[in-house]
Amino acid sequence: MCGVCGCGEGHSHSHDHDHEHPHDHHDHDHGAEHTHAPGLSPKRMVQIEQDILAKNNRYAAENRRYFGERGILALNLVSSPGSGKTTLLTETISRLKDELDIAVIEGDQQTARDAERIRATGVPALQINTGKGCHLDAHRVGHALETLQPKDRSLLFIENVGNLVCPSAFDLGEAHKVVILSVTEGEDKPIKYPDMFHAADLMILNKTDLLPYLDFDSEQCIQYAKQVNPRIKILPLSAKTGEGMDSWLRWLKAELELQRIDYA
Amino acid sequence: MHEMSLCESILQVLEQQATAQQYSKVKTVWLEIGALAGVEIEALRFSFDVVVQGSLADHARLEVIEVPGQAWCMPCGRNVVVQQLYDLCPYCGSHQLQVNGGDQMRIKELEVE
Repeated sequence: MCGVCGCGEGHSHSHDHDHEHPHDHHDHDHGAEHTHAPGLSPKRMVQIEQDILAKNNRYAAENRRYFGERGILALNLVSSPGSGKTTLLTETISRLKDELDIAVIEGDQQTARDAERIRATGVPALQINTGKGCHLDAHRVGHALETLQPKDRSLLFIENVGNLVCPSAFDLGEAHKVVILSVTEGEDKPIKYPDMFHAADLMILNKTDLLPYLDFDSEQCIQYAKQVNPRIKILPLSAKTGEGMDSWLRWLKAELELQRIDYA
Repeated sequence: MHEMSLCESILQVLEQQATAQQYSKVKTVWLEIGALAGVEIEALRFSFDVVVQGSLADHARLEVIEVPGQAWCMPCGRNVVVQQLYDLCPYCGSHQLQVNGGDQMRIKELEVE
């Protein structure tokens, strides 16, 4: 979303009050620096006050504007590896593709296997390989949008790298983060990885068809998730048997409808 | 998490600001990191030293100002201090807490020359 890659000669807010001044919250010994020897560049203090993620957040805001203007519902799907994200997606797509335009951005460290699985369902998918990176960032998603060109008023799934830690901090411009937790993972994941469950608006408790074979305590899991994030909504679901899929599809359509409202 | 990419972002800001603020070397960087920001400070220090090698901030000192986590407890109707996102209100035990502080990660200021 930044025109020519080189990239993002964004607006850095430079503050012009670069003064030396006393601080009360921390001490630095500039005694010596104040005796400026001629010819030596003196040390001085520069106020920055910038969010470390400011750059990502600017790209995210650009993406969000892009989605807003086009009535696109963008969802950032996050989970550990192997939670069943891609299967959930392919099942979701096969049930919705006749009534909605859908596109997918796939993030993985390596391979285009997931994008291929999505394309097999007949919807456009773009694979981003993060290489050594552990998460998608808003800048890469912005470029993916230029290539993928999702249709107006469509549903865009961004399947993040399987990782319950890093993607929580990186806003991609999505309407919601949806965290997928499978019942094979243990009910204490929400408190073990609180950042992600705190950042998500919806939690899908996946693979519920396996519950009879496991000691997974669903109620405890839901309680942990709400403890970390009282606002989180939870949908138990099995992408395999289809249990709970109706609620998920209704949620998607309702959210898409909200996104499609033409605000002035 | 991702402390390495945070450090890369920090370095980008330092490089960007160098022209605007007319400095060629960064001696100290003050960061403000909230207890709920999900940042492991030791990992951040380690990554910082690695990332700034050979840059304008080579050998710069990293000073971290840690900010405690804060949340609004709805039943109590007041701010309380929390250490973790899953903490319960220390007064009433409720989990109806809305984080409203201590989740920041900011570059505060620099000592430059």
